[in-house]
Amino acid sequence: MALTNNRVDVPVIVDESKCLDKCKACIEVCPLDVLVKNPDTGKAYMKYDECWFCLPCEKECPTGAITVQIPFLLR
Amino acid sequence: MEIINLEVDFLVVGGGTAGCMAAVKAKQKSPDSSVLVLEKANIRRSGAIAMGMDGVNTAVIPGNSTPEQYVREITIANDGILDQSAVHKTGLLGFDVIQELEEWGVKFQKDNEGKYDLKQVHRVGKYVLPMPEGKDLKKILSRQVKRNKIKVINRVMATSVLTQNGRAIGITGLDVRSGDMYVIKSKAILLCTGACGRLGLPASGYLYGTYENPTNAGDGYSMAYQAGAKLSNIECFQINPLIKDYNGPACAYVASPFGAYTANATGNRFISCDYWSGQMMLEVWRELNSGKGPVHLKMYHLDESTISEIESILFDNERPSRERFHAGRGENYRRDGVEMNISEIGLCSGHSASGVQVDEFMRTSIPGLYAAGDMANVPHNYMIGAFVSGRVAAEHAMDYIKDIDHGDVDSDFINTERERLLAPLNNPNGIPHTQVEYKLRRFVNDYLQPPKSPKNMKIGLEKFIDYKNVLDELGARDPHELMRCMEIHFIRDCAEMAAKASLYRTESRWGLYHYRLDFPNRNDDEWMCNTIIKKSLENNEMTIFKEDLKPYLFDVNLNKEKYDVSVA
Ligand SMILES: Cc1cc2nc3c(=O)[nH]c(=O)nc-3n(C[C@H](O)[C@H](O)[C@H](O)COP(=O)(O)OP(=O)(O)OC[C@H]3O[C@@H](n4cnc5c(N)ncnc54)[C@H](O)[C@@H]3O)c2cc1C
Ligand code: SF4
Ligand code: SF4
Repeated sequence: MALTNNRVDVPVIVDESKCLDKCKACIEVCPLDVLVKNPDTGKAYMKYDECWFCLPCEKECPTGAITVQIPFLLR
Repeated sequence: MEIINLEVDFLVVGGGTAGCMAAVKAKQKSPDSSVLVLEKANIRRSGAIAMGMDGVNTAVIPGNSTPEQYVREITIANDGILDQSAVHKTGLLGFDVIQELEEWGVKFQKDNEGKYDLKQVHRVGKYVLPMPEGKDLKKILSRQVKRNKIKVINRVMATSVLTQNGRAIGITGLDVRSGDMYVIKSKAILLCTGACGRLGLPASGYLYGTYENPTNAGDGYSMAYQAGAKLSNIECFQINPLIKDYNGPACAYVASPFGAYTANATGNRFISCDYWSGQMMLEVWRELNSGKGPVHLKMYHLDESTISEIESILFDNERPSRERFHAGRGENYRRDGVEMNISEIGLCSGHSASGVQVDEFMRTSIPGLYAAGDMANVPHNYMIGAFVSGRVAAEHAMDYIKDIDHGDVDSDFINTERERLLAPLNNPNGIPHTQVEYKLRRFVNDYLQPPKSPKNMKIGLEKFIDYKNVLDELGARDPHELMRCMEIHFIRDCAEMAAKASLYRTESRWGLYHYRLDFPNRNDDEWMCNTIIKKSLENNEMTIFKEDLKPYLFDVNLNKEKYDVSVA
């Protein structure tokens, strides 16, 4: 099987300057389990483009680091 | 892939609306029993009510309506196909559930005298109870689970039900982060994994841009089927009138008591009642097909303070991101209607009437296996129905397990399941789940979206059966991708059932949900019955047959009482 990596615009944006290294709140609450920490930086990011634009991640973030956009195809 | 073995008395699969309530009720009834909630996501924010709910759709409150009136209305709305005794439970226990939720801190709207402020949205009767402050519902529920010291395992997805001599004895699961496999023995198991929300493909093309929480991929429908349980009336699809592209509810239930209504392109009413039903969806379909679309939820005729009040509910609860959706498009309810569209299909008894067959105690046809919430076929059950069915199942199960020992797990079955789970991981360069799922769900749209045509459904059925071979080509690079791959197995099963059942019922019923172009009329002489799908345990083939309805508790004359919501 031949595979390629497509670029996609992901809906969730994390302001890294506000993301706390020790926190995992958004990662724990996301029903689709699409957020993870970047092991190099300790910052959260959207690893999988599978979002219900439901907002728990944004609501539970203690520092307001997360912005959820409506996914591009629906926007 | 490690195998983790556990043993509990009562296992709740899916910690959503029904599941959280079930776990609490089980523990309250039998404090010494071990109760475990297994959840694919995290119960704090999972399922349909992850961000709360803006109203109760089926509240039977003394002084406003009676359980009997409620059962009659649902009987008529569902064209007579139901087990009234199960629907009756929702009417009988809903009030109790609402009061208990209130004790837990959930807020329901009250009038000036402190009485529940019910609204009429149904054709007849007041059953809608607004929850303008309902946003923390799920957090409150998960707090109750914690308070009752119930064990919860988050991020483990159940993948199959274990049986022994026709009795359910446990489940297998996949840790969607570590990739470990769970084998959990339990004396009774409650499946409450929600709807099949990822069956049709949304018009946007975005796989997760669904009405239902996309975590709910039909897992329970498929697991129950594979275990040999009966499913009923799968041809009765879920199709909703939704905000175009956004695919969330436009929320006429919230807005119509304030004077909003569903209108056609000229701004006129074309349905007499905003309560969701197949008959209502057929009116929407007809309107769109007669050149009078698009249809929209009309609020622009209301005054500023009313619109602000509606917005304060809709932008804070349930699907709060709709505010940014409209803002991004420069839309404003003061000026613009909320453009609506007919959704792709799904399966959900919370909204329509298809699912795992249950009796009034939420028992499936397999001893030890219960079903509740959206996946259990109790028509139009919605949120209160999920709470009630979870509670009823749990309370019954705690009696059932008293005289029961754990079963013996068949190690061959575990090995086969382990291989099934490992296959995509062993094939990392296989076809990605995104493409495999997209194509499957596009076929669902192509061949099953009503109105239904016989040849189309036949082609669809063949394609879904052939698609088993495509699933063998799936590739996954981590446990997360593996979860998505296994969900496609669930979706495929549901698609096959949906095609099979739709072909079988050679009449039209439930408005657009089962509108066949070759049999456009309802035929009560032949089809006032359930259609049952069941896996043949001899050859593993999908079988389908008719089964009589249970005798009604309350007589309803369906020839006289027609569910008609058209505007003459
Ligand atoms: C957008 C929206 C708006 C709605 N509005 C209203 C309303 O205003 N009023 C009303 O009365 N009803 C409303 N409903 C319907 C109501 O919310 C549902 O009927 C009800 O919440 C369903 O409960 P449930 O327990 O069956 O499913 P859910 O609450 O969705 O729970 C299912 C749970 O199972 C988990 N799960 C799924 N698969 C697996 C697996 N394989 N293993 C382990 N766990 C799994 C999920 O993560 C989830 O936690 C709405 C539904 C939606 C989607
Ligand atoms: S909006 Fe919902 S699905 Fe999307 S990342 Fe946040 S919590 Fe997850
Ligand atoms: S919740 Fe906020 S602070 Fe915490 S990990 Fe996520 S983005 Fe960072």
